[in-house]
Amino acid sequence: MTTAAATASGEIQGRSLWQDAWARLRRNRLAVVCIFVLGFVILFCTVGSLLCNWSPHVTNLDLKAKPPGYEETLDRETWLRHKYDDLAPEEEQRFAQALKAGEGPENVTLRHWLGTDTLGRDLLARTMQGGRVSLMVAGIATAVALLIGVTYGAVAGYLGGRTDDKMMRFVEILRALPFLIFVILLTTMFGTRLWLIYLSIGAIEWLTMARIVRTQVLGLARQEFVEAARSLGLPTSRIIFRHIIPNVLGPVIVYATLTVPAVMLLEAGLSFLGLGVQPPQSSWGTLISEGADQMETYPWLLAGPAALFSITLFCLNFAGDGLRDAMDVKTAKD
Amino acid sequence: MSALLQLEDLSVHFPKKRGLFSKSHEVLRAVDGVSLEIQRGEILGLVGESGCGKTTLTRAIMQLQPITAGRIQLEGRDLSHLTATELRLARLNFQMVFQDPYASLNPRLTIFSALAESITARTGPLEYEDIKQRVAALMERVGLSPSAALKYPHEFSGGQRQRIAIARALGPEPRLLLADEPVSALDVSIQSQIINLLLQLRCDLSLTMLFISHDLGVVRFIADRVAVMQNGKIVETGHTENVMDAPQHEYTRALLAAAPGLRRTASL
Ligand SMILES: Nc1ncnc2c1ncn2[C@@H]1O[C@H](COP(=O)(O)OP(=O)(O)OP(=O)(O)O)[C@@H](O)[C@H]1O
Ligand SMILES: [Mg+2]
Repeated sequence: MTTAAATASGEIQGRSLWQDAWARLRRNRLAVVCIFVLGFVILFCTVGSLLCNWSPHVTNLDLKAKPPGYEETLDRETWLRHKYDDLAPEEEQRFAQALKAGEGPENVTLRHWLGTDTLGRDLLARTMQGGRVSLMVAGIATAVALLIGVTYGAVAGYLGGRTDDKMMRFVEILRALPFLIFVILLTTMFGTRLWLIYLSIGAIEWLTMARIVRTQVLGLARQEFVEAARSLGLPTSRIIFRHIIPNVLGPVIVYATLTVPAVMLLEAGLSFLGLGVQPPQSSWGTLISEGADQMETYPWLLAGPAALFSITLFCLNFAGDGLRDAMDVKTAKD
Repeated sequence: MSALLQLEDLSVHFPKKRGLFSKSHEVLRAVDGVSLEIQRGEILGLVGESGCGKTTLTRAIMQLQPITAGRIQLEGRDLSHLTATELRLARLNFQMVFQDPYASLNPRLTIFSALAESITARTGPLEYEDIKQRVAALMERVGLSPSAALKYPHEFSGGQRQRIAIARALGPEPRLLLADEPVSALDVSIQSQIINLLLQLRCDLSLTMLFISHDLGVVRFIADRVAVMQNGKIVETGHTENVMDAPQHEYTRALLAAAPGLRRTASL
């Protein structure tokens, strides 16, 4: 038996879909490893950058494009510059105070583990900071796509008929709008903001999700178990969320794992056009495209960000496959 | 005996689809002016060839299918006159057992969840302990061990699944069970078990049943009265023996003549 079934004395215990899925997922080694690696990447980009001595923004034109492992000796002021790097005014104040208070070591030698970029900025710090942006964009845009797309598609497919026609026509209209013009319009109205990227990428990714889900649901809605649920007089929302959506989670998860890299690439494209992440901020997308330009002369500019990006996508794929299998009750084998 | 369910001139029409551009106004009369009474406590057999509208008729009674014309009365009360809340409660008096036990259970719900849902459909939210007891009682009633409650549908055989489907239909304590070919997807040996279960339930719960089948032998065994359907119309009704032994309508005679399994009745 799988989990706490406690079948002995006819005792019945609750066993939810999620508990079961988790039990099944744990048996898939590769997927578990990949999920841990993903967690590690996220920690690396968030906690890691707090622990890092280097600022991703502080430039040093004397140290242009130094190879990985290069050591730099910092005086107290530079060290503090790296510590209070943010461009916000209050960081500037804190920097001034710390300088007066005599905080920090007199002279330290620190290593640029991944080398520096063409402006002498530490690549490790930039990779972490870029990862934060990329992961945020991917996470938020995918979540938006999932939330809106799955609900919208399920409602359209379940209701069917005219409602379905109208709802899907609306999706077609939105898909026909040129995405770039849409983003340019938004940025001219609101200025270039990071949340605008989340919003606009999420706003196009949900369309495909809605179509996928709707097609799946169209078939499901005529199934006898859905009719049985209707005969019980259950409210439509309950039928959709309890009987329909759990049965389309497999394809949804697979598509979601495909959405993440697509979103990261889209963000890189937007940033390249100056519509996305603004310098000195970076993202994996911008780091990789900068790195690719200088691949022959300074290969390490590409190596770090590209390696992390690839590991993330690789793990997402296997974790997604594992999740899909875990969601499928029929793969439950003892 | 008074009628539990009364159908008056019930019709369900589907628009016929012609070409891509030409919309025809012809309709398919899947159910065409059916008047039928089901008495309290009886089992009414409904027979007819494939496509004659049997499933459409049950779906219309279940309110799963909008009706084109006619009336459905539950104990003399017209369902179309009820308010939304009254209708929701009234339709819990009908429950359906579907033909295909592989499609009629949600693959993602354990038997426990499925049955709990059907029980609380009438009672509203209950204490967990209470639900547990009721689910166990329901499973025992249809001949399943309550220890299997946490399994998923795919872990059961076809016959067991049909028992689960019957248990779910009994959850809201219906008075009329609409069984749409409940045994035609099952092995012959399992068929008789399920039929005996239905007969048992009728005794225990004083259920009324509409039993649809292709198999005239099965209908003869289980039904008190029979209605014969052809092209959306009821062509003959009467007591099972009368209809089977002395059919009045030509179509009934043809059906009987074409039924190879009629001799099997004795073995059930
Ligand atoms: N949703 C629908 N739209 C259009 N036509 C339909 C629909 N449902 C059923 N029909 C048609 O109505 C007629 C009656 O179908 P129904 O399923 O009620 O037959 P049946 O007697 O149950 O057949 P069977 O014994 O094979 O189950 C058929 O011709 C079918 O094609
Ligand atoms: Mg049918």
